[in-house]
Amino acid sequence: MDNVLEVKNLTLNFGGLQALDNVSLEINKGEIAALIGPNGAGKTTLFNCLTGIHKPAAGDIILHPPQGKSRRLNNFKINQITTLGIARTFQNIRLFGGMTVLENVMIGRHCRTGAGIAGAILRDKSTRHEENLIVNESYCILEKIGLNIYVNDLAKNLPYGAQRRLEIARALATDPFLLLLDEPAAGMNPQETKELEDLIYSLRDDHNLSILLIEHDMKLVMNLAQNIFVLDYGEEIARGTPQEICRNPAVIKAYLGVEASAEYN
Amino acid sequence: MKITAELKKSFYIALWFILLTFPIMVIRVNTIEQIVIWRWVNLLYVGIGSFVLSFLWQLFLKKKSRSVQTIGTKPSPLRRLLYEPKFNRPALVVIAIFTIIFPFIFSHYQVNIMTTALIYVMLGLGLNIEVGLAGLLDLGYVAFYAVGAYSYALLNYHFGLGFWTLLPVGAILAAFFGILIGLPVLRLRGDYLAIVTLGFAEIIRLILENWNTFSFGPSGISNIPRPGLFGIKLNSEQSAIYMYYLLVIFCLLAIFVVHRLKNSRIGRAWNALREDELACQAAGIDKTRTKLTAFALGATWAGMAGVLFAAKTTFINPASFTFLESAMILSIVVLGGMGSIIGVVIAALAIILLPEYLRVFSDYRMILFGAVLITMMIFRPQGIIADMRKKYESHKTSGSKIKGIDQNG
Repeated sequence: MDNVLEVKNLTLNFGGLQALDNVSLEINKGEIAALIGPNGAGKTTLFNCLTGIHKPAAGDIILHPPQGKSRRLNNFKINQITTLGIARTFQNIRLFGGMTVLENVMIGRHCRTGAGIAGAILRDKSTRHEENLIVNESYCILEKIGLNIYVNDLAKNLPYGAQRRLEIARALATDPFLLLLDEPAAGMNPQETKELEDLIYSLRDDHNLSILLIEHDMKLVMNLAQNIFVLDYGEEIARGTPQEICRNPAVIKAYLGVEASAEYN
Repeated sequence: MKITAELKKSFYIALWFILLTFPIMVIRVNTIEQIVIWRWVNLLYVGIGSFVLSFLWQLFLKKKSRSVQTIGTKPSPLRRLLYEPKFNRPALVVIAIFTIIFPFIFSHYQVNIMTTALIYVMLGLGLNIEVGLAGLLDLGYVAFYAVGAYSYALLNYHFGLGFWTLLPVGAILAAFFGILIGLPVLRLRGDYLAIVTLGFAEIIRLILENWNTFSFGPSGISNIPRPGLFGIKLNSEQSAIYMYYLLVIFCLLAIFVVHRLKNSRIGRAWNALREDELACQAAGIDKTRTKLTAFALGATWAGMAGVLFAAKTTFINPASFTFLESAMILSIVVLGGMGSIIGVVIAALAIILLPEYLRVFSDYRMILFGAVLITMMIFRPQGIIADMRKKYESHKTSGSKIKGIDQNG
């Protein structure tokens, strides 16, 4: 199977704290993979490394775009990585609160468009055309995500679940082939979680996306993921299909503690 | 019940003020006759005055918190005047006619004041790019203004170049300085950025003040030529009118350009940068480039304003480019409403013109200014006219699904 992303022996320290210790993972093309682990295991840190926010101390992050040649991402800037095709959402929602919902998505189109200062001032034909395109494409994304009723509302005024989906919409607008979702279901009710599940499936199928998600909702993870990676204290302790992970003693130990895992066995 | 609580609070506030102002308002020591005069009646005035004011203050605060709940039901009259074509078209025509005939119905003096105010409109609009749109708190904006003014004065002095040649040169030099200050502060935001820009402006001012061989020091540069008009000789009154029209044109240009930039791909990137720097980068925006364009474009207007200022006053020295000037321009942006073009224009005119027309209160100018700022920030923190986001309307029938509605064009 083709990989879109390969992480090899990734290591990162924050002072004396080993945030990531020799973490390796692969994401296959068109796959939904999940990254789980107890709080503080280093899941979001790994995301931050993948998206260029943290620079890893050792190891390789290698991206294999569907088109074009493979690249080592270790020293790329955040926006360069986005332009290469990795988009992400944030665990603590980071929308542009003072901007409208549509504008939030339009920002995502920024790296795929190129109007400059002169174009902005003169507003020539090609700039107008590009601007129209941005608006229309953004609107289509909102329609797909089901946020088109909020087009002109300020992002900060949206209900919580809608804000989470808007983050996905903005990420989608950057035309990624790999989508990193950081706890997309956090704070959602069961109904919203179900809708999110359908949405993630449709994203993968309609946009040919590969998806890596961090999630604490085990039901969602077991339903969605074909492949699960488990982190604990910055180390990868298990990987495999949902069935394998369920039975893995190391995972049960990490989640429930030693005594409980003894009882469980 | 509620009223008595408020009265009680006002009473305590009045007591506190009496205590605070007691040494200066009541006691007066006459050092010649060596007696102390007790002005007890002042105590009464302070007490009553602060009691009434604090009571009114609380009343307004209550009214404000009540109005927050009912917001959004109906647009305010001001907003309707601005955004509904029915009202804003005639208003625009009236303003345009007034602007055109202004120099012919008012005196030379008034025209000069208005020209100064228009320079501040330009400065406000330029700083609005940095502070209002991109959220880069710049306390040293006056540095770019100085760069513009001195590049005209010095290049004219040494090389005899004319106004129209040096106007773009001043703008470009200021933009260059914008990038120069922008580069080291790329990582900084908010307060830290404010301090660095403040320092930068002071460096520029101190260089101008002390490097005598370069800038002629505190004595400044005089005899800067006024702008030419196809070689026609103008007397001082005519050239003041000419200057006025030039500034009207440049202000219109600034309004046009800033408005276009605001509703463009770059303007959106600035806004995103202001809202959340990390998310903005994660959405694929190059932070470095976006910040530097904001600094450069903001500085460009200050540079042009500087050239125009030097040409208008025909004399410049470092005293025109102090921190107070930066603070003034920043208050224009904040009072007008961050990011709002009309707001900044109104605020610039108000802040520069009102002190001229209210000369009666000139002794209390700074007190009044401070009071207005405090009141505004408490009752209307979004500024005179809050910035409005561009709205889009969906058209299911036509080819494109959605279209922008231009509200403040």
